[in-house]
Amino acid sequence: MSDAILSVRDLKLSVKGDAGLAQILDHVDFSIHPGEVLGLVGESGCGKSTLIRSIMGLPPKGARIESGSVTFKGQSLMDPKIAQTLRGREIGFIPQDPFQAFNPVFTVGDQILEILRWSGLPDDPKGGRYTKELRAKHRARLIEVLHAVQIPDPEEALTRFPHQFSGGQRQRILIAGALASRPSVILADEPTTALDVTTQMQILRLLRELAKDFNVAMLFVTHDFGVVAQICDRVTVMYAGQTVETGTTRQIIDAPRHPYTGMLMACHPERATEITGIPGQVSSPLTPPPGCRFAPRCPRATEACTTARPGLDRRADGRRIACIHEKEVA
Amino acid sequence: MLLFLIRRLLLIIPVLFGLLLLTFFMLRLGGNDPAAIMAGDNATPEMIARIREELGLNQPLVVQFWDYLVSVLRGDFGVSLFSQRPVSEDILDKLPATLELTLVALVIATVLGILLGTLAGVWRNSIFDHSVRIVSVAGLATASFWFAIMLQLVFAMGFEILPLRGRLPTGMAPPPDITGMYIFDSLVTGHFAITWQAILHIIMPAVTISLGGVATVARFTRSAVVASLQSEYANYEQAVGYPRHRVVFPYVLRNSLVTPVTQVGLLFGGFISNAVAVEAVFDWPGLGSYLVQAIFTSDYQVVLAVTLVIGAIYGVVNILVDMTQGLLDPRVAEKM
Repeated sequence: MSDAILSVRDLKLSVKGDAGLAQILDHVDFSIHPGEVLGLVGESGCGKSTLIRSIMGLPPKGARIESGSVTFKGQSLMDPKIAQTLRGREIGFIPQDPFQAFNPVFTVGDQILEILRWSGLPDDPKGGRYTKELRAKHRARLIEVLHAVQIPDPEEALTRFPHQFSGGQRQRILIAGALASRPSVILADEPTTALDVTTQMQILRLLRELAKDFNVAMLFVTHDFGVVAQICDRVTVMYAGQTVETGTTRQIIDAPRHPYTGMLMACHPERATEITGIPGQVSSPLTPPPGCRFAPRCPRATEACTTARPGLDRRADGRRIACIHEKEVA
Repeated sequence: MLLFLIRRLLLIIPVLFGLLLLTFFMLRLGGNDPAAIMAGDNATPEMIARIREELGLNQPLVVQFWDYLVSVLRGDFGVSLFSQRPVSEDILDKLPATLELTLVALVIATVLGILLGTLAGVWRNSIFDHSVRIVSVAGLATASFWFAIMLQLVFAMGFEILPLRGRLPTGMAPPPDITGMYIFDSLVTGHFAITWQAILHIIMPAVTISLGGVATVARFTRSAVVASLQSEYANYEQAVGYPRHRVVFPYVLRNSLVTPVTQVGLLFGGFISNAVAVEAVFDWPGLGSYLVQAIFTSDYQVVLAVTLVIGAIYGVVNILVDMTQGLLDPRVAEKM
C-alpha cells in the first residue's frame, strides 16, 4: 500500500462551550491513500463535521486539540498558515448543502474563480501577480471542468447567479469548484444529503467517475451505507467521536465486526428485514462514558468495556476494530 | 428596471396627494386664522373680513383645497404671507442649502456607519465593538441641538479651528449658481478656495445631523455582518481557501449592505426634521429655518409647499435606495 496523503492520527479534540468542556473527538484515527475513496460513516452529532473542519485547519471556536495530529503529505494541518495554503489548492471541499453554500449576490463564476485565484493551478507562474491573462487561463480551466461535471453551456453558466440553478446543478458546480485546482484530496461533507433521490444517484455516479478520471482521493462523509456501497473503496466508522472500525467496503458491508457497525447497518431500510433501531441514546460529549463510548448501548458490553477505551487494533485481514470482544472472536 | 422606476415614480403621486390633504386640513382646522394674522394686531373686523374675501378664505374648505390643488398642479404655490414673494421662489432659494446639508450628512452616515459597523462585526466582542456600541447608543440618545452647541463651544469657540456659523465666511461671494449647492458648484467652476471654506462650514452641522444616522447604520451593518460571517457561504468560502480579508470584503460585506441601505432611506426623513433645529443653531439659511418661521407666522402656503417638496424628495430618495438594493442583490433586481 502506498503512503497515505492525508492522515488523522489519534486525534483528540475538545470544545469549550457555555455548558462546559465537550469531548467531541476521542482518538480518531484513519488515513487516505492516493486515489482512494474513503467513506466516513457515523450518525449525526458523532463529530463528523468538527472532524472535517479540523482537517481543513478550521476547527470550531473554542476547540483545543489535546493530542494527535492531522497531516497532509507530512505537513501539519494543525498549523493555520500551512492549512491556509493547502485549502482549495491541495485539499478540495464539497459542502453538504448546495442551497446554502453559495453567496447569493455574486455570480457562480466569480465565486469559483475566486478559489482558483488563491489556489492557482500547478502550472501557474510562481509568485506572479493575478493578471487578466491568469484569470482568463483559470476561466478556461473552469469551463473545462464544468464540461466534465456536465453543466450545459458553461460559458454562460459562469455569468449566472446561484438562485438561477437547480440544487443538482449547483452541486455539480461546487464539485467543479473542488476539482478545478487539481487537488490531491477532496473532502466531501455529505454532498448528496440535501438533494432529492434521483439527483443523488446522478451526483454519486458523477463523483465516482470523476474521482477516477481526475485521480483524486476523497474523504466521503455520509451516514448512509447505501451511499458507501456505491462509491467508497474503504470505510471508517465513527461513534460518538471515536473511530470504531475501519476496513474495505466489502469487508465492512459483508461482515461488520464492531457491534455498532452491525447495528447501524441494520437500521438501513433497504438492508434490514425489520427496522429495529439502536436502543438508548448517543452519550453527551460533556459526560462521555469512560472506556468504550458505545458500551451503554451495546448488547455485548461487559464490565471490562466500561473501564478502558479499547484500542483500534489491526487484524490479520487489514481491518481495524476497536472492540475487546472482537479480539476474542478473532 | 425602467418599468420599475416609472411605476415607483407614479406611486409618489398618490402619496403626495395624501400628504397634501392631511397637511392642508390639519393646518386649516388648527384654529389659526391667517387673515387675522395678516391684518395685524390693530385690525378691525371689517379689515379681516376683507382680507378673508380677497384670499378666498371664506369659501368652504373643500373648495379651497380644490382651488389650491389646481394651482399646485399648475406649478403655482401661492405667495408667502410673510415675505410677500412667490413661495416657489423662496423655496428655490433655500432648498439647495438644506439639500447640500442633508446630502453631506447622508454621505457621512453611510460611509462612517458602514465602516464602523463592518469593523465591529468582524471584531465581534472586541474592545472596538463595545466602544462602537456605547458610542452609537449615546449617538441615538443625544439631542441634536445640544450636540450642535457643544460642537460650537469646542471647535469654534475653544480650538477655533472650525467656523461658528453660516455657509461661507462673511464677505466671501458664493460660487456661480448651478445647483445652489456650494461644494458642488465651486468644484465644477474651479473655485477651490470656496470649496474649502464651504466644506469647513458644513462639517459641524452635517456631523450633528448625521449623528443618529451613523449610529443606526453602524448597528444594522454590524448585525448583518455578524450574521453573514456565520452563514454557510462564509464557511464555504473559508473552506475552499479564500483569504479571510476576501471573505469579509467583498463577499460578506455586499450581503450585509441590504438592510443598512434601507435604513439610509428611512433616515433621510429624520435628517430633514433634524435640519430644522440644526439650521437654527448654525444659522444655516435653509428650508428648515424657513419652515419654522412659516409655522410661527401661520404662513400656511409656505408650510404646505415645503411639506410637499420634502415629501417629494423623500420619495425620490427611497426610490434611489430601492434601486441600490437591486444593484446589491440580483434577486431583488429580478423582481423589479
